[in-house]
Amino acid sequence: MTDFYSGFWGVYIAVIVIASLIWLAYLLKSQTVLKLKKGETAEVLHHKWDEDLQEFNNPLPAWWVGLFILTIVFAVGYLIFYPGLVVFGNVWNWTSTGQYQKEVAKADDKYGPLYNKFINLPIPEVAKSAEARDMGKRLFGTYCIQCHGVDARGAKGFPNLTDADWLYGGEPAKIEKTIAAGRHGAMPAFGAAFGEEKIKDVANFVIKLSGRPHNELRAARGEATFKQVCAACHTPAGTGNQDVGAPNLTDKIWLYGGSEATIIETVTNGRNNVMPAWKEFLGDGKVHVLAGYVYSLSHSETK
Amino acid sequence: MDKLQKLIEENVAWLIVLTVLTLSVAMMVEILPLMFSKSTTQPIAGVKPYPALQLAGRDIYIREGCYNCHSQMIRPFRAETERYGHYSVAGESVYDHPFLWGSKRTGPDLARVGGRYSDEWHRAHLIRPQDVVPESVMPSFRWLAANPVDSAVMPAKMAALRKVGVPYTDADIAAAVKDTEGKTEMDALIAYLQGLGLALKNKR
Repeated sequence: MTDFYSGFWGVYIAVIVIASLIWLAYLLKSQTVLKLKKGETAEVLHHKWDEDLQEFNNPLPAWWVGLFILTIVFAVGYLIFYPGLVVFGNVWNWTSTGQYQKEVAKADDKYGPLYNKFINLPIPEVAKSAEARDMGKRLFGTYCIQCHGVDARGAKGFPNLTDADWLYGGEPAKIEKTIAAGRHGAMPAFGAAFGEEKIKDVANFVIKLSGRPHNELRAARGEATFKQVCAACHTPAGTGNQDVGAPNLTDKIWLYGGSEATIIETVTNGRNNVMPAWKEFLGDGKVHVLAGYVYSLSHSETK
Repeated sequence: MDKLQKLIEENVAWLIVLTVLTLSVAMMVEILPLMFSKSTTQPIAGVKPYPALQLAGRDIYIREGCYNCHSQMIRPFRAETERYGHYSVAGESVYDHPFLWGSKRTGPDLARVGGRYSDEWHRAHLIRPQDVVPESVMPSFRWLAANPVDSAVMPAKMAALRKVGVPYTDADIAAAVKDTEGKTEMDALIAYLQGLGLALKNKR
């Protein structure tokens, strides 16, 4: 780190550090003058504590002096090879970023080929490789389980990846695109536009779409609204549109829940859901392996 | 030397002065110069003072003690950058008073959590972490959704931060009440989390 506002600080650091070292060396020297001859007893120092407590003026233990000298030698070596004295630089040109980059480059050399050997393989083939699935599972465990769960079965608001139902499509290319570029699913809020009654009507029609018990009168009224407004994304038949991530409303699979109350909540407040993009962070090789793993979750024939 | 020893042993004031001097050598060399270095005092590109709502969220983060379990400091080791993203740099923390680097990780590091999850994920997670991560030991913070942000104190907080060098404009401070009014503490905390570490996002 040599971006000080002025050159003064380099000199300042060097002066204090070198002066400290010299001072420590002098201090040690001045305290090791005293030597006792064999059989000689050290003099007793003049002061007394607690009436009769006194000190011998013994020489410093040799092992301790040795360690002290060693630390001074170490400090000099450290200042030569590592960037301690700003003005002088360092013989090894060591930086913490440099050390980090070396570590990353080494790992890329080692692990990069492991991912890259799958990159030209079609995703269903990747899914068939036990090795790729193992690697994908580990990636999934680090980056994906927070939303999709350890078992990839999702949670409220986060899709189950093990079934055959897909918001944006389950074809290999679609899965890879979802992971690489992310997705943003937005259902607008209709609370203000529709009002409470109308929303209840629409909710009953949506329940009817999935073939469950509902209020027939409300569903009939809601159908008109659905065809007029909701059909734009969910299609008139309610089967959804994977291009915009509009869910199929005719099945039994619900991202947020299919109860009347939850559907009313969804229509009233809208929904805003984000799958983050991973291409920049993970790179193409890992995204491809991950796509293979996700594909394998809903294709038992790959295992 | 004998005189010096006598002085220090018999005069406690000298003992204190010389002890402080000795202890301050490391501080004078290792800390003081960093206050006059560009990389530690200037923001990197993309780092801006926290908008009012995020600032309110930051104070909630501190109040709830999130730093007890979450660090905000990605060290330059591959094992960390693979998981969290680009290592933290000093220029990202220049508007943090105090910084929240932390050193305890019961939960994951949050230095680059911004944009990693959706707002809805954070909402669900703060209300009941186990709903989205069943293995989690994090406690629930559901009351944040019911507490309104105390928007009246925001201008004073921002004015205080301006005194220690955060470049808030008069317009920022004037808009602080309006920007935070009607928001819950959970909105503020999520806004804060979603803004963390974006300056070096998507790199490792």
